[in-house]
Amino acid sequence: MSGRATFLGMPAFPVNAAAAVQDSQLRFNLRKATHTIRGRRASVVAEVPDWAELRAAGRQIKDHTLRNLERYLLRLEEAVTRAGGHVHWAADAREANRIVAGLVRATGETSVVKVKSMATQEIGLNEALAAEGITAYETDLAELIVQLGDDWPSHILVPAIHRNRSEIREIFLEKMAEWGRAAPEGLTDEPRALAEAARLHLRERFLSTKVAISGANFMIAETGTLVVLESEGNGRMCLTLPETLISVVGIEKLLPSWRDLEVFLQLLPRSSTGERMNPYTSTWTGAVEGQEFHLVLLDNGRTGVLADEVGRQALRCIRCSACLNVCPVYERAGGHAYGSVYPGPIGAILTPQLRGTTSDLDASLPYASTLCGACFDVCPVAIDIPEVLVHLRGRVRHPRAERLGMRAAGWVFDRQERLTRAERVAGRLRRFVPRRLPGPLSAWTETRDLPDIPPESFRDWWDRTDGGTR
Amino acid sequence: MNGRADGRELILSRIRAAVASAPDVEITRAYRTSGVPPEPVDLVELFAERVADYRAVVHVVEEEGVPAAIAAALALRGVGRPVVPDGLPPGWAPRETVTDDPPLGPAELDAAGGVVTGCAVAIAETGTIVLDAGPGQGRRALTLVPDYHLCVVRAGQIVAGVPQAVALLDPARPLTWISGPSATSDIELNRVEGVHGPRTLEVVIVR
Ligand code: SF4
Repeated sequence: MSGRATFLGMPAFPVNAAAAVQDSQLRFNLRKATHTIRGRRASVVAEVPDWAELRAAGRQIKDHTLRNLERYLLRLEEAVTRAGGHVHWAADAREANRIVAGLVRATGETSVVKVKSMATQEIGLNEALAAEGITAYETDLAELIVQLGDDWPSHILVPAIHRNRSEIREIFLEKMAEWGRAAPEGLTDEPRALAEAARLHLRERFLSTKVAISGANFMIAETGTLVVLESEGNGRMCLTLPETLISVVGIEKLLPSWRDLEVFLQLLPRSSTGERMNPYTSTWTGAVEGQEFHLVLLDNGRTGVLADEVGRQALRCIRCSACLNVCPVYERAGGHAYGSVYPGPIGAILTPQLRGTTSDLDASLPYASTLCGACFDVCPVAIDIPEVLVHLRGRVRHPRAERLGMRAAGWVFDRQERLTRAERVAGRLRRFVPRRLPGPLSAWTETRDLPDIPPESFRDWWDRTDGGTR
Repeated sequence: MNGRADGRELILSRIRAAVASAPDVEITRAYRTSGVPPEPVDLVELFAERVADYRAVVHVVEEEGVPAAIAAALALRGVGRPVVPDGLPPGWAPRETVTDDPPLGPAELDAAGGVVTGCAVAIAETGTIVLDAGPGQGRRALTLVPDYHLCVVRAGQIVAGVPQAVALLDPARPLTWISGPSATSDIELNRVEGVHGPRTLEVVIVR
């Protein structure tokens, strides 16, 4: 991958979104993919009779952990150390990269295999390792597509969601040879053939590489256990075969007890890929089967988020990506517009808190939403994303256009009766509504077609017809 | 290097300051926990159905039928000498096998046609098999590198849901939870079976 500093210096969200909305291939890919997975999620969630109770427990466990984070981190450190692992603490990205590079150098190796990990993308680990002469090979199929295509991830779960099968085929044919085994001749764009090409490309690498770098979905304080959920088996390859394993994990990924997994191993797969269970989950405690194990605990802005009474709920996030898949703004704008490894609704509340809001892009992120609330409804740990967005909007100094435009929108959605009134007014005025809004709102309408305003609001229709029965 | 110790103290002090005034939260476990007796369903039937949903191959046999079922499955796959872990019940494995003693290298595992194992626990609701590297299961690489995994599950090992499984498992052991063959949803979110892990999972359930 080129040394390009991912996402830095990108323009504000509305500008990025405008470009993305013009890209009809991207919009088509995104719409197809998000709608597919939305339906799957809904059906596997519906078959769990105690979903609401699991969701409540998930939220409480995370809040309790965050409130007692110091105690549980110390317990984790002790348990991992007792089980033969080594624990390192990294206050920021630079520190984390320095620690990991040092650990890799100590092994004498110059290449590592990687399991998909948001935390290592967040800190720009691959670029930092490259600067030290260490090549990091991504092994998740989507990450491989992104890495070979010298591209940016655009979705938490499916980073190459913006690519369709024929684009993936082209990337494989063009780039695989540069990185290792070339794509088979006569490669078709059948998903099965593409998956097979990835298998062949990475096989030798898995069998011979001595160092692996992973993240983790959960860490158990009580036992020192790390947990990784995945689908392809590349995670198992990286966690099992290399002699040295280095896991870089955000401090908020902690759960107090082993038992808590009974909640999260139900919430995460169903919310994420829409499966009853993901194909593979690996758990390990310290150094196992003769491996050397290092855990790097990452802060990098998380303690700042923790200090914000309203914003700290973002740290409950288990990165399932359900909020992306239901978001009307994400569906149109795509993941790249958010300018961060965390796209979609969660990115809109997490990135400005982690990175601060000094750049134009980050300051505009709390405005990358219509506050429709679909993200909150699907979130397995009940993060009230609209609440945090409104809170951040109040806190952030932002470009004047968005401030004016979205303050109005924020006010409208503020109260039920105001919304009802606004819908009625809009209904009455609909023939006067232009395709694009003037003045400060134009930055927004330039990025999307205005939705048609119905002659009668849904609420009015419901009242008038008694829920459609009249 | 004292940068390391400083990072630790810095993070912990930031945490202390951040949550000093935050209220604690009580955890209510109102969901179906391991203590709640499961619905009266046939766990074997439910497990078989859910595993098959992942496009794994499933057989349900009586105890005496296990060796024949294994032999037939291996023959159909053309696996002459499967890898077998230590502690597999005698009689399950065919005559010709590859053992992991001395430990097989990655290349030898890659060359093997398949692997036959038991399991630690299975979950009916999610169609999941859990291996804990115990007797009859072997270390983790054995069920990962060969392209074909045949797993024998006894009816008594099947529990209803995830909470029951978590309660039975020992976190000190490396665990692998397997739900169907290796798969990806990375291409247009269509599920494709078979990437880096075994592309075929075959499950023999013993009634
Ligand atoms: S905010 Fe909620 S829905 Fe979105 S990725 Fe995080 S856990 Fe999933």
